[in-house]
Amino acid sequence: MLADSVGLVEPKLQHFDQALKLDCGKTLSQYDLIYETYGELNESRSNAVLICHALSGDHHAAGYHQEDDPKPGWWDSCIGPGKPIDTNVFFVVCLNNLGGCKGSTGPTTLCPETGERYGPDFPIVTVRDWVESQARLADVLGIDVWAAVVGGSLGGMQALRWSLDYPERVKHAVVIASTPKLTAQNIAFNEIARKAITSDPSFHDGRYYLHDTVPAKGLMLARMIGHITYLSDEAMGEKFGRVTKSENFNFDYGVEFEVESYLNYQGKRFSKTFDANTYLLMTRALDYFDPAQDFDGDLVKALEVSQCSYFVASFSSDWRFSPERSQVLVDAMIKANKPVSYCEIDAPHGHDAFLIPTPRYTAAFSAYMQRVAKEQGL
Amino acid sequence: MRGDLEIISPWVSQASTVLDMGCGDGLLLAHLQSEKGVKGYGLEIDEDRITECIVNGVNVVEHDLDERGLSGFSDNQFDTVIMTQALQAVRRPDELLDEMLRVGKQGIVTFPNFGYWRCRQYLLLNGKMPMSKSLPHTWYNTPNIHLCTFKDFEILCRQKGIRVLNRLEVNAEFEEKSFAKLWPNLLAEFAVYRIEKK
Repeated sequence: MLADSVGLVEPKLQHFDQALKLDCGKTLSQYDLIYETYGELNESRSNAVLICHALSGDHHAAGYHQEDDPKPGWWDSCIGPGKPIDTNVFFVVCLNNLGGCKGSTGPTTLCPETGERYGPDFPIVTVRDWVESQARLADVLGIDVWAAVVGGSLGGMQALRWSLDYPERVKHAVVIASTPKLTAQNIAFNEIARKAITSDPSFHDGRYYLHDTVPAKGLMLARMIGHITYLSDEAMGEKFGRVTKSENFNFDYGVEFEVESYLNYQGKRFSKTFDANTYLLMTRALDYFDPAQDFDGDLVKALEVSQCSYFVASFSSDWRFSPERSQVLVDAMIKANKPVSYCEIDAPHGHDAFLIPTPRYTAAFSAYMQRVAKEQGL
Repeated sequence: MRGDLEIISPWVSQASTVLDMGCGDGLLLAHLQSEKGVKGYGLEIDEDRITECIVNGVNVVEHDLDERGLSGFSDNQFDTVIMTQALQAVRRPDELLDEMLRVGKQGIVTFPNFGYWRCRQYLLLNGKMPMSKSLPHTWYNTPNIHLCTFKDFEILCRQKGIRVLNRLEVNAEFEEKSFAKLWPNLLAEFAVYRIEKK
């Protein structure tokens, strides 16, 4: 294990029996949240950082569960000793969001009222609901104020939402490769992913657990589509080009090109480890996110309540949440006279660039987190 | 203290709002924040300078002035808009000046004076585009695409109805040189202006 790893980590489970009223009008009478922590909470509790995960992420952001894990947590490149989110300085919390499938209450959980898995009856939760549930976890952990709430993509939306729903509990919000709302094109891609899942004959209206099956083909297809939007044309070109599996064409519809093989592999792997109902729910949470909605579409007004400083970063080759989307957010922050720093990082990896430690990204992100530490007197 | 900080600082009021266009490493803003309690943003395009700004604790926004101008900012959003050593490097300095005084109540502009006697002498004697310590670039590869003189700038201000509140004649270290006042267009290396809309 490398010296800059947080090492072996163990998830913890927190049960909540105080009902949570959701945006959709329904109520969750009780729920569990699974989370991990890295680093030590200081005495004044001023060094806590919340990491919010994206669509397919979970609570395992850094380190390893077992010595022989092939891969560390999903954001290990940015969390650890000496890394941008330095665990020698910060106490880092990351949880699996409600509706997830990695240990927090979600569609795969048994519903206490029916004794069956929730499945499609699990209420659709929103980014606001997540923030509410995260705030309750913060209460349990004794964290009144986050030094920073940090997230990429859908995680960035949660960081933004935190700064608006609990302005007094956030000192800094770090919003990376994100957007203040989805575009029609974004929603369209999500709809294709959902259609792929719901039209799989094994979907059974979301009650596939009862039929002892999973809509693996649909979920695989959804992931394949999603995956393309996370990469750039350039990144795919560089990784696969037009390289074929065999020297000559087979003149059939099997896997001919490396890129096909890769997408099939990724899709298949994902379909074995992720829940289709959770995927549906996460894409809907993305679609619904729009903090300006309550303010007649005026993002500047929506931001007025915020009290934190923002760090916003986008990536040049990201076409899922392009730099223009971040620019809209930054313009609104400036118009609202909110402290903000913004970087548009030149990186070829598309949307996934937020997970990849390129030199400038690491330098700017580290510099900002050091500023957070300094302002918090750490 | 760095010369430009010493000169610009007195022109910025306590607890006012500032936009620094082309803020470099952000030290001017950092100085104004700590000494005057100002709030504001720096705009910068160079990625290393942007990281330095973050380190120096200022709000820095990656921003290409040629591409975006100041369209994202509201009218009179800032008390002071500062542009040090950037006027000569933008595609349309005239339009940017208008924009500067739209989003800011006052503007502070500094630029190298191309009428400086050394420039004139270089061109006269060598017959080549002047190069010096403060203008170290070759004519074909220079960020300074719109060099001007004191005279040029003041003519433009007159045409645009821009009032000059202060003018200083300084050297490359931003030290005021009293002899340069005798004939600024010839004797001063750099120009510093405080301007507002009439």
